[in-house]
Amino acid sequence: MLIFSILALISIFGALMVVTRKNPLTSAIYLILVMCCIAGMFVTLGALFIAALQVIVYAGAIMVLVIFVIMLLNLRKDEFGYDKKLLQKYLGFAFAGLILIQAVFITTWAMKDYGGIPEEDIAEITEMEGIESLDKYLSAESVAETLFKKFAYPFEVTSVLLLTAIIGALVVSKKRLLDEDEEGEI
Amino acid sequence: MAPLEYYIVLSAVLFAIGVWGVLRSRNAIVIFMSIELMLNAVNLSIVAFSSNIKVVISRFIEAVPPQRIPDILQTSMASGQVFVLLVMTVAAAEAAVGLAIIISIFRAKNSVNVDDVNIMKW
Repeated sequence: MLIFSILALISIFGALMVVTRKNPLTSAIYLILVMCCIAGMFVTLGALFIAALQVIVYAGAIMVLVIFVIMLLNLRKDEFGYDKKLLQKYLGFAFAGLILIQAVFITTWAMKDYGGIPEEDIAEITEMEGIESLDKYLSAESVAETLFKKFAYPFEVTSVLLLTAIIGALVVSKKRLLDEDEEGEI
Repeated sequence: MAPLEYYIVLSAVLFAIGVWGVLRSRNAIVIFMSIELMLNAVNLSIVAFSSNIKVVISRFIEAVPPQRIPDILQTSMASGQVFVLLVMTVAAAEAAVGLAIIISIFRAKNSVNVDDVNIMKW
């Protein structure tokens, strides 16, 4: 509970910093902080494999790519900053607040009958299975078994998706696709 | 472990901050990072639900034959992590394509401000 509170405060602070900082590089560094905090929360939930993946894939690979692009683009100073139009600015804030209120309301409403984990049911299951706790089902072994047995087709589809993304990224970022002389115009 | 509601409310807060960031900023890279923040918030809620799925399962435990219980438990507790794995794959693909689009926009317009890229506006 203490760990959760600390991680939650740090991640909310980091998320606010991501949104409000003017320099995109500062935002990126704070986003890495938020992602590491979320990895810590996966640890508190018992999902250790996903926590490791979160650090490696999100905080590692994706954010390195983002920072690489920020460095590569070498933005001018006037690129930074936010919308100057007041209406849009406050409407954005109001809309985000509305979504927050909706989400919290729906959550608390949906869980108003939720009276915590019935311990005797869990005791019954663990006794029947001959295991100490249900955390066994959250392990990487269990995830792998589920992924490759039950979710084999979605797993294969992601490989096609990644191939498509590679080709798409190449095509989009290529300077001239067809004609050598024609200047590409967006 | 903190109660499930705490995780869900935190996830909602992070998601709302992400929405605010998308609506507020004019820089395409910051918008992209806000989208990543929203994806992370949703991942958190998926894992929180799947780790607490034993509550739901235990209510229906009488309805299933006993030999199928381990299988059902394993599938339902691990499938949240499998979903998050797939979401991470999609996010990686999205990062590759999205940043390629941002680079190509920068090449054409010499700017990543989304107000400069309004040619699809009628």
